[in-house]
Amino acid sequence: MREETKTITFAAIICITCSLLLSGTAAGLKSRQEANKAFDVKRNIVKAFGVSIGEMKRLEIEATFEKHVSEETADGLPLYTWTDDGAKRPSKYAFPISGKGLWSTLYGYLALNADLETIAGISFYKHGETPGLGAEIEKDWFLSQFAGKRLYANGKSTGFTITKPGSPLNDSTVDGISGATLTGKGVEALLRKDAEQYANYFNHIKGN
Amino acid sequence: MASAAKKLLMDPFFDNNPVTVQVLGICSALAVTVKVDTAIVMTLALTAVVALSNFVISLLRNVIPSGIRMIVEMAVIATLVIIADQLLQAFLFDISKQLSVFVGLIITNCIVMGRAEAFALQNPPKDSFLDGLGSGLGYGIVLITVASIREILGFGKWFGITLPFGENFTGNGLALLAPGAFIILGLLIWLQRTITKKVEE
Repeated sequence: MREETKTITFAAIICITCSLLLSGTAAGLKSRQEANKAFDVKRNIVKAFGVSIGEMKRLEIEATFEKHVSEETADGLPLYTWTDDGAKRPSKYAFPISGKGLWSTLYGYLALNADLETIAGISFYKHGETPGLGAEIEKDWFLSQFAGKRLYANGKSTGFTITKPGSPLNDSTVDGISGATLTGKGVEALLRKDAEQYANYFNHIKGN
Repeated sequence: MASAAKKLLMDPFFDNNPVTVQVLGICSALAVTVKVDTAIVMTLALTAVVALSNFVISLLRNVIPSGIRMIVEMAVIATLVIIADQLLQAFLFDISKQLSVFVGLIITNCIVMGRAEAFALQNPPKDSFLDGLGSGLGYGIVLITVASIREILGFGKWFGITLPFGENFTGNGLALLAPGAFIILGLLIWLQRTITKKVEE
């Protein structure tokens, strides 16, 4: 066999073997991976509602989600509501947030209290930021700062701000992450954008 | 164990450590060493990849056409890495999220390609497998050492267990950032070179 033919045949065999192996693995594991991702979304919605999920088992979190959270739409936008035990009306409202960070798109959830103006909690579940720097946005020390801060005042977005760590804070600012200024800017921009997007709907249900 | 095989397996642990002596794989050694559990999973993933890629490449070493040698090596390594990543996503989802892109980046980890080129192409499959195993674990020892120091200094924990430092313990933030890992790694390299009296030419 000529040298070139041999090379091409060999390359073809390697390519086919590798692609068969990869598609086999991907197909075999897909359902498990999807289940993991679906659970991760539920877990982060529950977390955004302010539930401390640190010690909770997977089944407990699933049960909490089933019991308290229901999925709705807000003028075509997704919305999740939290109803306390025995209550008729929901006491917290959560919606998905997303926007560009430094390297990647950040995805998360933000929950508002019954006043529809102050934040009950926030979580991020998917991003590709630098571990140790931008990736700190999913850590509790960063996220816990948001609870009680105002996303809206009198029905208008407050223009939420992530400040330089150590700057004076008010009720619509939180400390940013040292070394991850641009990720912080991204979080700020996505909060403002999504706050605007949902403002009409929340004003509308507040009117009722 | 035969002494030759033992040497293959044990040499990379200290005398010829891929991280502290050959200074390879530094990127991931800085990135995934904030906690011991991620360092261990990364070690297992890399060890599996380098041992199996060495094995496969050694099996193919006499039939790989020389013109496409490196591309074939890359294809074998990339396939193994993607399989490892898929398995982590299916079975260790939380850890795979923390390792994020760094499992995928095993493909470009110089240790894997380095061992394929330097060892697997000249040696039989069994020896190559052992060499890969040793190199992966040698990398892992450094990773786990760095991770232990960082987790203890930064969180006051080891492997997730809170250490008895008392309530007033404040974590050292620098240890958790990449520069902290760089300093720790530098000190480890210094320590090792002082012991072995190895001098860079």
